[in-house]
Amino acid sequence: MSFLQLTGVTKFYGDSCAVADLSLSVEKGEFVSLLGPSGCGKTTTLQMVAGFEPVTRGRIELDGRDITHAKANTRGLGIVFQTYALFPHMTVSANVAFGLEMRRMPRAERLERVRDALALVHLEAHAGKYPRELSGGQRQRVALARALVIEPPVLLLDEPLSNLDAQLREEMQFELRRIQRQVGTTTVMVTHDQGEAMSISDRVVVMEQGRATQVDRPQRVYDHPRTRFISTFVGKANLLEARVNGEGAVQVGPLRVVVDDTGHRPGAAVLLSVRPEKLQFVPPGSGRLDGEVAERFFLGSQWLYRVDTAVGALSVLCPNDGRAALEAGQRAGIDWPVHGSRLLPADIPAESAA
Amino acid sequence: MKSAPWWLSGPAALLFTGLLLVPLALTAVLSFNVYDPATGARAGEFTLAHYAMVFGDPYYHGIFWRTFRISALVALICVLVGAPEAYVLSRMRNPWRSAMLLVVLAPLLVSVVVRAFGWSMLLGPEGLVNAALGALGLGPFKLLYTETAVVIALVHVMLPFMVIPVWTSLQKLDPGIADAALSLNASPFTTLRRIVLPQVMPGILSGSLIVFGLAASSFAVPGLLGGRRLKMVATVVYDEYLHELNWPLGAAVALTLLAANLAVMLGWNRLVEGRYRRALG
Repeated sequence: MSFLQLTGVTKFYGDSCAVADLSLSVEKGEFVSLLGPSGCGKTTTLQMVAGFEPVTRGRIELDGRDITHAKANTRGLGIVFQTYALFPHMTVSANVAFGLEMRRMPRAERLERVRDALALVHLEAHAGKYPRELSGGQRQRVALARALVIEPPVLLLDEPLSNLDAQLREEMQFELRRIQRQVGTTTVMVTHDQGEAMSISDRVVVMEQGRATQVDRPQRVYDHPRTRFISTFVGKANLLEARVNGEGAVQVGPLRVVVDDTGHRPGAAVLLSVRPEKLQFVPPGSGRLDGEVAERFFLGSQWLYRVDTAVGALSVLCPNDGRAALEAGQRAGIDWPVHGSRLLPADIPAESAA
Repeated sequence: MKSAPWWLSGPAALLFTGLLLVPLALTAVLSFNVYDPATGARAGEFTLAHYAMVFGDPYYHGIFWRTFRISALVALICVLVGAPEAYVLSRMRNPWRSAMLLVVLAPLLVSVVVRAFGWSMLLGPEGLVNAALGALGLGPFKLLYTETAVVIALVHVMLPFMVIPVWTSLQKLDPGIADAALSLNASPFTTLRRIVLPQVMPGILSGSLIVFGLAASSFAVPGLLGGRRLKMVATVVYDEYLHELNWPLGAAVALTLLAANLAVMLGWNRLVEGRYRRALG
């Protein structure tokens, strides 16, 4: 029995289904991200776990206790809101102390716990300030300290980093992971940012139209996406229409490609997915196919090329390792390792993919 | 076009000067003029006698005390009724919210004189209220021409001025904040008291400022529902001007009310600002 267990959880708003038959087990101490585009039901799922939205059907259990219909203020979960939802009329330390006060903790112990929580997020110096006197990143840390100080069994994070600017967001990602490791709290995070989900989660739940379409370790989700949607939502992918052509090979237009992905019927329509960074340039004529560079974009650490080939335009991502970059109009060979490509079922709608 | 701001604000400034500042200045001058019962105010002759009377005579003390007592009571009742009303309103969904907001604002669409007459019909010895109490075996009570009648009618008139500022500050509240308090084990009541109420306090305080100021200078309601005996400052001013024809004394009473009202409101405002500026901005 896992620590936090969702069984067949379903949510209807009137006739429209926001979350459909979602089942998920989260182990103690695990960091799980719900990843998906807006409107996929990830926030609704979090709201149901938190107790802010009633569950239409299904069951939510925490440590063996059924909390499906428990009131929000009896669940004792720590929540960090997207807007942080700090109490603006209270100082930082009063904000953090509020949850302990509600638990009628003696004052001396309370002060000590608040001090420890603020130290954990490096905000000792700002205890006496009001939220509006803090920067976005500092408010984020206060919200985190407020949620963690009550030592919740589960920490829920609702798009915690979406209101921060890019550099701070990256910094906070690792900070968040450090704190989570240090405290060891079971954590469920909602995010639409695949990079964020990949870099800090133990497992990622990809959601599409109210359904979980893949639940896996970040690297599995990236390297073995189960649907066309996942392969393009999580990272970029070159998707080529193909037909299975005997054992271990597919036919893409004029090109026969050997793959190590089996389990598809010969003759079945499939999609060949190759990540742009798995493609590499080789001298013309020596790769799997040749192409002509149509466009190139400088991304700092990498170059992104659009290459016209016999099977269509391909994106190729090369590290900026000091070698001379290819010019537009230049011809080049393209190659990839056999394990670098994936076969996906061709255009199956998201509903039936789960 | 450096002169543009002057031209643009010209009409308003002209109106303001012509209709407020000049009459106010004339009233101020008038309040120092000597009064002769035979000929009226004597221009060019000045005295402090009227102010001495207003500040020295217990009759005027009583009327000022009653005015501020009634105004404070009206402001308090408006807080107790209007703040919960605004909260309920803010939790409603459309179309109910729009409909109820219209109900709250409806009193502003009817002339205050018409409303005062309406209340006098309801509260009179043969009115609906006494008839209803009579049916229950109570009364009859004397309601009309008492402070009770004035307070009831003033609350009715002033309630929108309390609901609107409170509603505005409730609108500014992050809905996640109440959820945050609940997630930290606070009960709904504690959330309301510790989290929501302190944040709408500026709205409640500015609403009570408006209500107090308007109630203290109100004329029609105390005039029509207070009767000849129960006077408030504005009705005394009216009497001095139109019955006693002692314009300078009326002017002195009016300016004293203005000054007292201003002092109360500025003091109140300062108190509020000092408390909430740092936290709520």
